[in-house]
Amino acid sequence: MSGSNRRVIVLGALSAMAEATCRMLAEEGAQLALLGRDAERLDTVARDLKTRGAAGVHVFARDLLDTSDTPSALQAAADSMGGANAVLIFYGVLGDQNRAETDLEEARRIIAVNFTSAAAWSLASADLLERSGGDGAVLVGVSSVAGDRGRRSNYVYGAAKGGLSILLQGIAHRFAAKPGGARAVTVKAGFVDTPMTAHLKKGPLWATPQQIAQVVRRAMDRGGPILYAPWIWRWIMLAIRLIPDAVFKRVNI
Amino acid sequence: MSTAYVNDDTRLSWGRVVRSHHLIAKPRFVDEIAPALADASVMGLRALPVGLGRSYGDSNLNPGGALIDLSKLDRIVAFDTQNGVLRADSGISLSDILRFSVPRGWFLPTTPGTRFVTLGGSIANDVHGKNHHAAGSVGCSIRRVGLVRSDRGALELASDIEPELFAATIGGLGLTGVIAWAEIQMVPIVSAYIEQEVLPFDDLDSFFDIAEASQNTFEHTVAWIDCTASGRHLGRGLFTRGNWAPEGGLDAHSDKLKLTMPVDGTPLAFNALSLRVLNTMIRTAQSFKAAESRVHYEPHLYPLDAIGAWNRLYGRAGFYQYQCIVPPDGRAAIAELLCAIADEGAGSVLGVLKSFGPKRSPGLLSFPMEGFTLAMDFCNAGARTHALFARLDAIVRAANGRLYAAKDGRMPASMFQTSYPEWARFAKQIDPLLTSAFWDRVSQ
Ligand SMILES: Cc1cc2nc3c(=O)[nH]c(=O)nc-3n(C[C@H](O)[C@H](O)[C@H](O)COP(=O)(O)OP(=O)(O)OC[C@H]3O[C@@H](n4cnc5c(N)ncnc54)[C@H](O)[C@@H]3O)c2cc1C
Repeated sequence: MSGSNRRVIVLGALSAMAEATCRMLAEEGAQLALLGRDAERLDTVARDLKTRGAAGVHVFARDLLDTSDTPSALQAAADSMGGANAVLIFYGVLGDQNRAETDLEEARRIIAVNFTSAAAWSLASADLLERSGGDGAVLVGVSSVAGDRGRRSNYVYGAAKGGLSILLQGIAHRFAAKPGGARAVTVKAGFVDTPMTAHLKKGPLWATPQQIAQVVRRAMDRGGPILYAPWIWRWIMLAIRLIPDAVFKRVNI
Repeated sequence: MSTAYVNDDTRLSWGRVVRSHHLIAKPRFVDEIAPALADASVMGLRALPVGLGRSYGDSNLNPGGALIDLSKLDRIVAFDTQNGVLRADSGISLSDILRFSVPRGWFLPTTPGTRFVTLGGSIANDVHGKNHHAAGSVGCSIRRVGLVRSDRGALELASDIEPELFAATIGGLGLTGVIAWAEIQMVPIVSAYIEQEVLPFDDLDSFFDIAEASQNTFEHTVAWIDCTASGRHLGRGLFTRGNWAPEGGLDAHSDKLKLTMPVDGTPLAFNALSLRVLNTMIRTAQSFKAAESRVHYEPHLYPLDAIGAWNRLYGRAGFYQYQCIVPPDGRAAIAELLCAIADEGAGSVLGVLKSFGPKRSPGLLSFPMEGFTLAMDFCNAGARTHALFARLDAIVRAANGRLYAAKDGRMPASMFQTSYPEWARFAKQIDPLLTSAFWDRVSQ
């Protein structure tokens, strides 16, 4: 589907990856409904996207952790564009693994943001797209390679993202039962240089938000149900999953 | 320590000579600038706003202190398609501006030789381009600036709003506050192509003749000088000049790099490469005679941007660029400089020579003035390099010239203070929290 026919709901629109994706869509003339927490920042982003060529940008400031009214909130976002044919889910928190092991509040927060609320929005989005998305409707969720194997450095975050990946995979399977209907894609991102990871040391495997955005944009048209971003992570994670436990327990990752 | 700042030992300027520790914050939103300044102050650190780090020396470094890197603050706020006025956040790169504006039929009023600089960084150095003789420096086209200061908060500046602070901020080296956004007057273009001529010349006098003859008829002019030539051939090189083509389409450039330097090279490798480039250029030019061709603006304006991280070619010790300007009566000084460099055999193979026109921007510390500017790279060979620079300084000072802060990492304070007579007036406008390694050195 060409960008100018896209009417896209973006959850977590203030993230660097979301904004990079939205810029591509704006340049193609898409309509966008942005959901994020900070009203003023949403307006700033919206102004930029409109200037770059978006056919329309609508903002909805809200806390995505609040999932009490997901169906009506999505419907309102869709209505602002005269219907929606894509939903992109970007938000997440990395959290602090060490703290999460002793402070359950931290663990709960990591799971609530990355899984519980993302799952609620994903399910409601699947419904919306199935009912009224039309041809080429697509749900893309950005998950993480951390969900592919539990590792001591980030398994709480990994568990939440792994759960989200399974959920989105399930939605993709459900959509596949009706050929020609909606699609769902999980984009599993590797290390991405964003404000969320600013404090971490960067190496050659780090990608920019723009690189992930390109994968997300492509996933809206084809591919899936699981895409690694950048692609090299597919092979890295395959190798990591294949390491036998006896060896894996000695690896500090 | 505030969470917005991150420890960093890897931040380098383009010349890669100074290695130091910084705390770096990278705001993505304008509302994060004031807190970043406040946090630096709480930590007892001086701060410096920076862009894409394309300045060569130490004007974009603040060793041991805080850096506020604006390169992620890159939104377009508004574009007036009728009048070509663009308002954008300071961290947007000139490359991104062009990718947006060229298909809409607008171009930057002027641009430096790389498009990977930020709007804020180009204002803070009041950068010049190949069209200086026609358009002046970028400060001539800046209509409005949004500044955030540690002592006064957010301000809006223009030639008629806080004119003194506005004039200090154009070419203000990041010291008058953090530029949050700016409004720039773009110029209309009918195509993205340039009709370019390349003329080989045999000596310095021929350069001056061609430069004079091109002044009123060509918008873009610049010459590459062969710095290894001496005697009769002193100052020989290639003169490129061009004008916007009347047709050809409004295609923006692509940002895909053709080649990137993954590791540090050696100065030798660099000189071998530049020699090859030079020879190829000379051959191409000769085979076309007065070679004339239509080229896209990208290779015409940004020949070096095709290779990513070429600065690593100079090796781990890094390199300096020496860029000076002398007034119109300083032709002899250019010859003396070239003699001194050829004599020492220390310069890179290629130098850049260009004439500047009389148009002045409001900037108090702006580098450009009417005359001739010469720029050349030198690999960092320690004391030997500095001794040569001292020799060059003496020639520039005697000719009433000065050096460009964006390229400088070593000029003595006395030279700065005599050649930038407005510096004391400028100093009154500095934000008390801000400083740079450059400023610490030249303001002593
Ligand atoms: C290959 C190459 C070719 C070049 N050719 C030219 C040329 O032809 N003409 C020319 O004039 N220059 C040229 N330059 C120099 C370059 O244009 C300047 O150094 C420019 O200022 C770099 O911008 P930047 O975004 O990288 O800023 P930085 O180098 O990071 O910073 C430059 C200065 O701007 C200040 N600054 C940056 N952002 C802000 C902000 N938001 N608010 C306040 N202050 C800020 C910094 O404090 C610093 O003093 C060239 C550089 C290279 C590498």
